[in-house]
Amino acid sequence: MPYNERIDGRKFDETREIEAKVGVIARADGSAMFKIGNTWAYAAVYGPRNLHPKFLQDPQKGILRCNYNMMPFSSSGERVRPGGSRRSKEISLVTGKALLPVLNLDEYPNSVVDVFIELPQTEAGSRCAGICAASMALADAGLEMKDLVCAVSFGKVDGSLLVDLDYSEESYKDGPVADIPIAMMPNSGKITLLQMDGEIRKEELMELIEKAKKVMADIYEVQKKALKEKYHEVEI
Amino acid sequence: MHKELRSHIISFLHAGIRLDGRKLTEYRKPIEVEQGVVKTAEGSARVKIGETDVMVGVKLEVGEPYPDTPDEGTIIVGAELLPLSNPEFELGPPGIQAIELARVVDRGIRESKALDFRKLCIEPGKKIWMVIIDICPINDAGNLFDASSLAALAALQDAKYPAFDGEKVDYKEKTDKRLELEKTPIAVTVIKIGDKFIVDPDVEEEKVIDARLTVSSMEDGTLCAMQKGGDFPLTIEDIDKMLDIGIEKAKELRKHL
Amino acid sequence: MSKIIVQDKSIAVPGETLAVGMDMLPGSGTYREGESIKANRLGLAVIDGRTIKLIPLSGRYIPKTGDTIICKVIDVSFSGWRLDTNSAYSAMMSMKDATSEFIARGANLTQYYDLGDYVMCKIVNVTSQKLVDVTMKGPGLRKLRGGRVIEVDPNKVPRIIGKQGSMVIMIKDATKCNISVGQNGLVWIDGEPLNELLAIQAMRKIERESHLSGLTDKIKDFLEKNGVHRTNV
Repeated sequence: MPYNERIDGRKFDETREIEAKVGVIARADGSAMFKIGNTWAYAAVYGPRNLHPKFLQDPQKGILRCNYNMMPFSSSGERVRPGGSRRSKEISLVTGKALLPVLNLDEYPNSVVDVFIELPQTEAGSRCAGICAASMALADAGLEMKDLVCAVSFGKVDGSLLVDLDYSEESYKDGPVADIPIAMMPNSGKITLLQMDGEIRKEELMELIEKAKKVMADIYEVQKKALKEKYHEVEI
Repeated sequence: MHKELRSHIISFLHAGIRLDGRKLTEYRKPIEVEQGVVKTAEGSARVKIGETDVMVGVKLEVGEPYPDTPDEGTIIVGAELLPLSNPEFELGPPGIQAIELARVVDRGIRESKALDFRKLCIEPGKKIWMVIIDICPINDAGNLFDASSLAALAALQDAKYPAFDGEKVDYKEKTDKRLELEKTPIAVTVIKIGDKFIVDPDVEEEKVIDARLTVSSMEDGTLCAMQKGGDFPLTIEDIDKMLDIGIEKAKELRKHL
Repeated sequence: MSKIIVQDKSIAVPGETLAVGMDMLPGSGTYREGESIKANRLGLAVIDGRTIKLIPLSGRYIPKTGDTIICKVIDVSFSGWRLDTNSAYSAMMSMKDATSEFIARGANLTQYYDLGDYVMCKIVNVTSQKLVDVTMKGPGLRKLRGGRVIEVDPNKVPRIIGKQGSMVIMIKDATKCNISVGQNGLVWIDGEPLNELLAIQAMRKIERESHLSGLTDKIKDFLEKNGVHRTNV
């Protein structure tokens, strides 16, 4: 049976419910929360700050360091052992690459901007939620940024092209699944994160990426609103 | 390193006031306890004391009992001082600060017998429930000890067993059966600076403490765990006063559960 | 004809289009992309004739030559002091910039400035690599004894100081506190406990409401309404 009705009743191009808030961690220089369905991410930005050890410093510009971490109780299965895994290290890496293109750190040679992403609760799409939270936190930290970064996963489940796979779709057993996390600079449409596992035809992938623009624009609006809400009291 | 700050804090304390305007034995406001915040955990809670914000999750796993207590389950408490929550925390395995925090929370729960470990036994000598409590600060604005202890207790109160068929745990399915909490041990950390005692230190105050005593007590005022910290010794009179404050303040905190 | 999309004195977020058309000019915090002027950071959009700029509302301090800042001594070497500037970069203060007194070779420098001491100093040079040199020679520059140092948003410091120092002078007069404001977002304050708390509350209020008009009057009212402790001094 083809997958032509989503298990949770969403339309094919509909994301799960999104909630976002900025300025949620008082001690950080910038912070944000991003929740999509049951996946919940916090991001804190510290810096630009002094970078040690010295050999990591770049005399031309500041560097960006990202760390993605799942809290031990954030998985619906067994407890996640604390400390980085190979998976979390790789996600940290691609998260940094997804965010860097919008940032200009030329003013901060030899320094570091640290981004810490923590997930209290996950159910598919956690790297994308982390990227959305981190991009808002970087804006909140007052860094020079030409755009935000929006991210969500796309996919193909048993023949149907879908937006924002949930866990039941990611682990669908009755047909082939492709899972494709994408991050995009919403104003230029340029892509900063693209990963995939599963099977898909090139034409279908291009169709999904075309769809992504519209979905990302919606996510950008949510991020924008959350950022403006934190600062709205300074408006006249 | 904080000479000037310390003497300024002390001069304020002598005027009966803290640097943020609080009285000496006053907690920050608001105190919020929210249970069931994390759906993936078997039990969870989030506690805010002023700007301090801590999340605790409980996971339940089936394991083997220790050979010397074949009919008892067990608890494991972990704490990670997430660099997300404080600019001074660094990535890496838990340092001594995190270990002390976890152990103080562990002792309060274990020694109060808040959980009857025998009720965590599934099959004597073979299968028991392991109650794993993880502490994750979101924003560390001071006094992680009290916030974490309170959050751990609230998370335990919230916890329900997952389905278990004798072989495998099905985490997708929670039962209605709760962990039974028999007691509510509350930790209050009393701080000594100069000759004054305060509770609920903020980040500035934590820099200049002489000594601290974390006092865990139960409903009837019985003590169940303690931990002295800080570089300076305490006199017997100090301890007498600090215990009084600790027991008194525990009653106040318990109301938030 | 250009079209201004953003409202004057409203919040803009990175990437947001502020105006379309070539007769408008991109000011600080904005950039041009094709016909559009877009936000290059989060900030308050201000339209000034044909220019649109963004006023920063957040962000850490960046050391600038000529700034008067409050620093903490974090290291003492045999040739001078290293200071924390509340930014990504520490500053060096050499012996000749530290005092007009003669310092003998090999003298114990901690007798002048010890670890943990706060000083009000002035930035004399910042290199492209952000090596920062400061001096203690100048009016008002000194070691800050007693009191405490609080952190405020460095972007709000100009409002806390006010025109020709009017705001901070008003707070000082109303609370009888000694206050020094560093451009790096550190404020040193010393006073009677209740008055000191009132002064800090006033500064927090300025931080929150820094972009509202009539701020001086609001703070004046606030100090008068809450300044009951003045009679106790």
